[in-house]
Amino acid sequence: MSAISPPAERIWWKQPIDKLEFTWIAIAFVWSLVMFVMMVYWHVAGGQNLSNETYKTTKEMFAAKAQAVVDKYTVRAGTAAEKEFPVVAPPAGSDIYLIGRLWDWWPIYELEKGKTYKLHLSAMDYMHGFSLQPQNINIQVHPNYDHVVKITPNQSGTYSIVCNEYCGIGHHTMVGRIYVK
Amino acid sequence: MATTYRICPRSGLQFDTDAEKLMRWNAVAGVLALLLGGIMALGVILTRWPAVHLLPADQFYLALTSHGINMLLFWIIFFEMAVLYFASSTLLHCRLATPKIAWAGFWLMAIGAIMTNVAIFQGESSVMFTSYVPMQAKPHFYLGLILFAVGALIGCFVFLGTLVVAKAEKTYEGSIPLVTFGALTAAIIAIFTIASGAVILIPTFLWSLGYIREIDTIMYRVVWWAMGHSSQQINVSAHVAIWYAGAAIVFGAKPMSEKVSRSAFLLYILFLQLASAHHLLSDPGVGSEWKVVNTSYFMYFAVLASMIHGMTIPGAIEQAQRAKGYNKGLFEWLRKAPWGNPAFSAVFLSLVGFGFLGGISGVMMGTEQLNLLIHNTIYVPGHFHATVVIGTTLAFMGLTYFLVPVLFKREVLFPGFAKLQPYLFGLSMYVVALVMMGAGTLGVSRRHWDMAFAGSGMAYEWPGAAYLMMGLTGIFGVIAIIGGAGWILQVVLSLLFGKKLDDGETRSTPIPLTLPPQTGGHAAHVATPGTMVLALVFLVSFILYYFVNWKYLSSLWGMA
Amino acid sequence: MADQEERVPVMQQVLDNPFLLLFLGITVPTVLYIVWGVMEVANIAVAR
Repeated sequence: MSAISPPAERIWWKQPIDKLEFTWIAIAFVWSLVMFVMMVYWHVAGGQNLSNETYKTTKEMFAAKAQAVVDKYTVRAGTAAEKEFPVVAPPAGSDIYLIGRLWDWWPIYELEKGKTYKLHLSAMDYMHGFSLQPQNINIQVHPNYDHVVKITPNQSGTYSIVCNEYCGIGHHTMVGRIYVK
Repeated sequence: MATTYRICPRSGLQFDTDAEKLMRWNAVAGVLALLLGGIMALGVILTRWPAVHLLPADQFYLALTSHGINMLLFWIIFFEMAVLYFASSTLLHCRLATPKIAWAGFWLMAIGAIMTNVAIFQGESSVMFTSYVPMQAKPHFYLGLILFAVGALIGCFVFLGTLVVAKAEKTYEGSIPLVTFGALTAAIIAIFTIASGAVILIPTFLWSLGYIREIDTIMYRVVWWAMGHSSQQINVSAHVAIWYAGAAIVFGAKPMSEKVSRSAFLLYILFLQLASAHHLLSDPGVGSEWKVVNTSYFMYFAVLASMIHGMTIPGAIEQAQRAKGYNKGLFEWLRKAPWGNPAFSAVFLSLVGFGFLGGISGVMMGTEQLNLLIHNTIYVPGHFHATVVIGTTLAFMGLTYFLVPVLFKREVLFPGFAKLQPYLFGLSMYVVALVMMGAGTLGVSRRHWDMAFAGSGMAYEWPGAAYLMMGLTGIFGVIAIIGGAGWILQVVLSLLFGKKLDDGETRSTPIPLTLPPQTGGHAAHVATPGTMVLALVFLVSFILYYFVNWKYLSSLWGMA
Repeated sequence: MADQEERVPVMQQVLDNPFLLLFLGITVPTVLYIVWGVMEVANIAVAR
């Protein structure tokens, strides 16, 4: 009988399985395990894993920390094409804070190639999406949470941060910048 | 009121008259939602096509919100209610449990769907399908969704009740049919989905009224996606059930193994819903252990199940075709398949597109680290247009060609168009899914009004290829919409003006299902080498694409 | 009809029991996904 009628045999559990069907199941099972192991393996041996370091924070506290870094390490005022945002060049290894707000990424950082920074991400209002281009690394950014991501830029250049979480009518204007020297 | 039954003279199927009317109304409501969602799709696609850029930003986000909700919730869940009633009362030859309550469920869904759409079109609820807090919609936006969910939950319980009725009244012997088992899988996932939806939408509704001060954004995403993603897993189970039904109806195909197919559905029941974690892989706050266990459906057990269905359905067709004598070489059974029958071509295109485009991309996206490459890019809608549109909608369209004469008792008008429709809609959707994924690979954002960033102080310039892909998305999106609109027009005109067909016998007692006598020993076993070759082609594409993405990931900035 | 007398295997009984399946299908994702996930979010440390 077909799939729209009850099985013809009262006990169908003991029917033998077709050889090719069984082979396919075995292959699919092995492939499933390989894919599972890949994720675990990358945590051990891979160079790109999203950090699990997250803290509950407040908008005020996060903004104050960002302001402190900006006050300390600003190297120049941005041009008009940089929205006149401060351009900040903190030393390698330091904590840097990036604010997502309607509709900016603030401030602009200048980083050194091959050096590691602790990038803190948080939003001031709605959720935003950190989308680093043309690398194409994408991270969700939440308000009231401080997400600490260790980043090590491996190529110099000018990078844009596009917002890719819908955040209202000006969403498409929300673009920030990171320079890597 | 006594229950009556109609025996369809064309299919031999038996319909409880109440259940039949419910199926018709749910299917029609679904098609109306599809119509509205389709009109909105036109607005969306013509805006994202860079050369056209039709709507202003506010209207674009409004259209996108409406498109998402009407397609991903209203169209498919209405249609799935019809599928649930069909798979229970019709396939089990029994009466529908509590038809009055089923009607109450239907009207709750209808009122909810209307209410949410009203809220959207009033213009202050353009919060997208996902309605992430703290962006706030009007209270009736959430209330509509809650009513719709409650109505759908009622439908699921009527389905379960009908299974109980059939068993108690002994309208069938042994186990329920495989298709009904698939529908049961869908109903179970639906109950989890809707309960999760209630857990998150009710507080959100209260928050929009001002009774709750704040909703945690990560918590919202965790629980909301238990609804948002699982609702699409209802579709997967439902359309896999329809693939089995299609193979049975068109070819009289028998499942290769009841045991294997049902076990695969069991893996869905247990693990498919964990994939809600796919949406949180690039989020802070949930740890890697949680991410790895959930995103992989425990250990890719639901992917294993899909790979099993993906082989056993064509395998069953191959067996049926070979038994009919189409035995030459590897693929005569496939060449000689009824490619002009939309019930077959839609199922076949749905299965292949779901597997190759939706399945492979879905697993890539669902890999914890690889998700960083595509999170919130237009790759994501590319993926789910392959799963929900090619997989689910196309399968539902194919089933409808079968249902118009059987359920609505009308002849399908324009049979010539019906032959072409699955190709027109399906293949253009293949292209749409591919080019969206292409653009997403280059980083283009989803839910984004203007890829040129007009008015931004620090615009980024996408590579030319990204513009090309988005242009192609526009062109083929419009073709797909024409294919979809043609289907709606054809179905509606057939229902209104198609030749009326004979009702068939109406009885006051159901004819119980009887099993054919045991033949002793199994029918001659037929091997399925053709299907195996196709499956291996799939596997090779899968493996290559999977590792190409790892290779690309390894070239990026270091992250720890 | 010896077949009619034979006991139905346990796994087939499980697959024939919709309410057991319903229970499993709700419990597994509720525990692994929702409860575990919500606990992780609830236990996030506060920034100093």
